[in-house]
Amino acid sequence: MNTILTARNISKQYRLGLVGTGTLSHDLNRFLHRIRGKEDPYLKIGAENDRASKAKEDYVWALRDINFDVKEGEVLGIIGKNGAGKSTLLKILSRVTMPTTGSIKTKGRIASLLEVGTGFHPELTGRENIYLNGAILGMTKSEIQEKEEEIIDFSGCAMYIDTPVKRYSSGMRVRLAFAVAAHLEPDILVVDEVLAVGDAEFQKKAIGKMKDISGTGGRTVLFVSHNMAAVKSLCTRGVVLENGTSVFEGSAEESVDYYLKMGNKKGAEYLRYFTPDECESFNFRLYSFGVKAANKEFGSTILRSDKIEFHIEFDNYYQEKLLFGLRFKDEKGEIIFVTTDSEFISFKKTKTKLKLEIPNFFFNQGVFFVDIQANDGRNLLMRFSDVLNFSVVQETVKEGYWQGKTPGPLKPNFKWI
Amino acid sequence: MKKVTHSKTQQSSLEDKEWLYEINSEKGLLDFNFKEIWRYRDLLMLFVKRDIVTVYKQTILGPLWYLIQPLFTSVIFTLIFNNVANVSTGVVPSFLFNLAGITAWNYFKECLNGTSGTFTKNQNIFGKVYFPRVIMPMSITVSNLLKFFIQLSIFVGFYIYYVAQGANVSPNASLILFPVYILMMALSGLGLGMVISAFTTKYRDLTKLLTFAVQLLMYLSAVPFPMQKVRDDLPEYYWAFKYNPIAQIIEGFRYMTLDTGLFSWLGFAYALSFSVLVFLVGLVIFNRTEKNFIDTV
Repeated sequence: MNTILTARNISKQYRLGLVGTGTLSHDLNRFLHRIRGKEDPYLKIGAENDRASKAKEDYVWALRDINFDVKEGEVLGIIGKNGAGKSTLLKILSRVTMPTTGSIKTKGRIASLLEVGTGFHPELTGRENIYLNGAILGMTKSEIQEKEEEIIDFSGCAMYIDTPVKRYSSGMRVRLAFAVAAHLEPDILVVDEVLAVGDAEFQKKAIGKMKDISGTGGRTVLFVSHNMAAVKSLCTRGVVLENGTSVFEGSAEESVDYYLKMGNKKGAEYLRYFTPDECESFNFRLYSFGVKAANKEFGSTILRSDKIEFHIEFDNYYQEKLLFGLRFKDEKGEIIFVTTDSEFISFKKTKTKLKLEIPNFFFNQGVFFVDIQANDGRNLLMRFSDVLNFSVVQETVKEGYWQGKTPGPLKPNFKWI
Repeated sequence: MKKVTHSKTQQSSLEDKEWLYEINSEKGLLDFNFKEIWRYRDLLMLFVKRDIVTVYKQTILGPLWYLIQPLFTSVIFTLIFNNVANVSTGVVPSFLFNLAGITAWNYFKECLNGTSGTFTKNQNIFGKVYFPRVIMPMSITVSNLLKFFIQLSIFVGFYIYYVAQGANVSPNASLILFPVYILMMALSGLGLGMVISAFTTKYRDLTKLLTFAVQLLMYLSAVPFPMQKVRDDLPEYYWAFKYNPIAQIIEGFRYMTLDTGLFSWLGFAYALSFSVLVFLVGLVIFNRTEKNFIDTV
């Protein structure tokens, strides 16, 4: 496979704050440096792109030294948290703005699908807008003519096609816009979050079309999304961005795993050890409490398709009757359910392990908090709140199925007869 | 391999030959990719169509609005300048004189006003998709040309009416320069507009200036009165009109259509070179701005 696009040392610097009189003085200074043949004085400074920290400098590097190659026919997923620099990178790739340093070389035409529907004129009819939008995206009139019927068909707006777009529902606008864009034939297609729109039926169509484009069409696609399931099912390779730098590059699966673990660093807790001091007031000693997917290690990603195990290590040296219980809460802190052991634990002078197994396809995707508590059948003996904090991730969804999150913390699979 | 022939890259080592194009931070003085602009010609025509079709949607008079504005302005000018202030337009009927000036001036003004907002008005679409940005001001110039021809037809209509009434007016031999005059109006309006659009991306001061600067420029371009009048009555300020290329264009337009006014080949050459120069300067500045304006707009 040939390399179709290569990016070298891509950096992008932005100025923080407002454009005002200060900008003029910086512009003049920059100009003075340039006519004397010196380097831009403001390129040397600039803070790392970390949203949360307070700005100390006037300039920020939204992207810093990004390097990657894309091979022909590859579907590259670009993933990262909000503000990691994904959109900036796409903007540079689609030539909306240029990098501060570095260069991108490409062997093919790039067309972007950034937030579809820009360039629609509300007064023009759907058909007229197909032509206008197609031309904006780089098609010629004859190319559009050839595909006109196909586009109208795909959009499912045939009835309204000669009505001004201002009378359309927002969903219809998106459908029409995506239909135009999907029938583009660039060598490289840049897609940003299009799958977030439309109903399930349309998502199915859209993802199918994306597969078509990259699969049979042999087209190269650069795909940016927060939807990990979509990234996994569509992409062949992935790049993970964090604070403007590329932190990981590999297969789509690996990249998604890396990204999810990255999110776990902060706040998430999969295994908790207890100190003797914490258990001072009880007649038993709690050593550790943890959660993991069955057959995986502590800290690795928990998918919906995994069985989930809770491990408690303790030593009941004095408590006559002991029952452990767990309270599950959703990310807002609302209790979802409580489960308690049904058999009393008798004295045991050694470290004992207790395991609770929750079947797969029980939790919905999302973040969960767990309290651990103990009672003697009548009184509460112990409670630690929010000891564990784990997230459950959507399994890879087959192409053509709903990719989104259904409401509610649980999504159990039951038998339908 | 696919259509990988064109390369606008600066360095052309052997390896780079096969790259279609390069995105980098270098700004050439005038690196227009004319082949690319040509590829987007359909877009240009669609923008023109959009401008023409959508302006008067949901209006009753529709394109008649194109005619009402110059007609009424001419009537007002005739009343005020010729009837109240007694400005003489010689053998030419004052109304026709004013209509000629306004028709020419309108084209320049519309091109200037239209293109000066290129970046600020289109930031939504420019921020999402790439196409050669210069298509936008070009399309405005072309759609204004269509408006100009509609307005010209009403001028021709009144011309015929006045001749039939026995007015002693006729065009002269320089009428063959007509296409050149249209080009000069278009280039100077487009050029100035592009310069302004580039500067307003960062500093909005120019937009504030533009509205009344255009108003002042109309008087300084001798639209509602002959240049002869200025030379006779206000000789110490005549230079301001003489060296104003737009005044030269307006006066020249009236000279060739109505055979009235001060025309010199020097003035013609001056106006022509001005419009070409301002167009080129506009292109260079526009080109420098288009690559990064989205960050500062």
